[in-house]
Amino acid sequence: MFKRITAAEAAAMIKDRSRVAIGGFLAVGAPESLIDAVVAAKTKDLHIIVIASDWEDRGIGKLVANRQVRSAQVSHLGTNREIQAQMNAGEIDIELVPQGTLMERVRAFGAGLGGVLTPTGLGTVVQESKQIITVDGKEYLLEPAIPSDFALIRAHKADECGNLVYSKTARNSNPIMAKAGRITIVEVDEIVPTGELDPEHIVTPGVFVDYIVVKEV
Amino acid sequence: MDKRSRIGARIAAEFKDGDYINLGIGLPTEAVNHIPEGVRVTLQSENGILGTGPQPAEGEEHPDMINAGGGFITANPGAVFFDSALSFAIIRGGHVDVTVLGALQVDQHGNLANWMIPGKMVPGMGGAMDLVTGAKKVIVAMEHVDKRGNPKILKECNLPLTAKGKVSLIITDLCVLEVTPAGLLLKELSEGVTVQEVIDATEAELIIPDELK
Repeated sequence: MFKRITAAEAAAMIKDRSRVAIGGFLAVGAPESLIDAVVAAKTKDLHIIVIASDWEDRGIGKLVANRQVRSAQVSHLGTNREIQAQMNAGEIDIELVPQGTLMERVRAFGAGLGGVLTPTGLGTVVQESKQIITVDGKEYLLEPAIPSDFALIRAHKADECGNLVYSKTARNSNPIMAKAGRITIVEVDEIVPTGELDPEHIVTPGVFVDYIVVKEV
Repeated sequence: MDKRSRIGARIAAEFKDGDYINLGIGLPTEAVNHIPEGVRVTLQSENGILGTGPQPAEGEEHPDMINAGGGFITANPGAVFFDSALSFAIIRGGHVDVTVLGALQVDQHGNLANWMIPGKMVPGMGGAMDLVTGAKKVIVAMEHVDKRGNPKILKECNLPLTAKGKVSLIITDLCVLEVTPAGLLLKELSEGVTVQEVIDATEAELIIPDELK
């Protein structure tokens, strides 16, 4: 069962060089209170796993601007000049991963799988140094699971069992990341009494949730 | 009609009633303004929605309602929200009928390059590689030549590829080209454009059908 903590307490658990999966798509659905707390904690040399690097002043862009990120697995950098500048200067290592592949690799880790087979990236640089496996005469890339020490995610509501529901397109990568953190910390708008969320509508079961922070920004 | 609208209208003419469609940011989104009457399509956005509606009126934007380009959207009746893995199951699994993307380069083998210029610009592939790999039909919509007037339709792409051999149709301000096993077939010319103008603006060899000669 989850424990309720503050954003600062959450950030204090995350040590330098941690691998952190963070939810959100162009900062929509990003856990901003948790990110702000990690910025305040000045945690260094993080490896982040994110769909996109967001903007310089929103989402994970704040961690990049504060020079707390040493490496990233990410599908899109186009909206953040700072991360491209740090990459070009050799200050941050970037593995660009096709978005669907990134999601499956993260999902695989959360589901106890070693990886996935995907046709995406065949015949491109994504294929370099990867194993090609043929199934039923069709080629696929073997894409290994991506582990993370922490998942920081954003949901709309939790109930007292830690079950989560999301808001519109702010759902995006959050339910995937939630399943893949060795420790999963969720930022929510509110915690509602158990029974208030319809079991048919719950997206993430509370079994995946370790800590909950009620949003502070 | 201006250039953008013409391309948008020509893209939309490819849509069939009932299609599920994913439009890349920029020029491809122009197609939504030209969907023919009687054709009902459902728009998917890879950040997690099927049933994207029009842009909201000013002041009515919801902070949790964006498309993959980050623009505010609305949801049509019947719309569905889902997570990113499910979104790419739709895309990679072949459940999107048509995807329309821009290109830096496209070649006569249907290869597409649209995600980086080494040493210059590395925005990343985002969802483009999955879209091009999985969609039933891949349409490239773009200006025929780059800003300096150089051809973008080549014999062989020399930028890093997004996917190999997946493009089936190229719609530009000058013409419509179909990717065939024999090469690029000139299907239509835009109004006022000559075959020679298309040949001059294209590096790849073109197959010119008799009726256009």
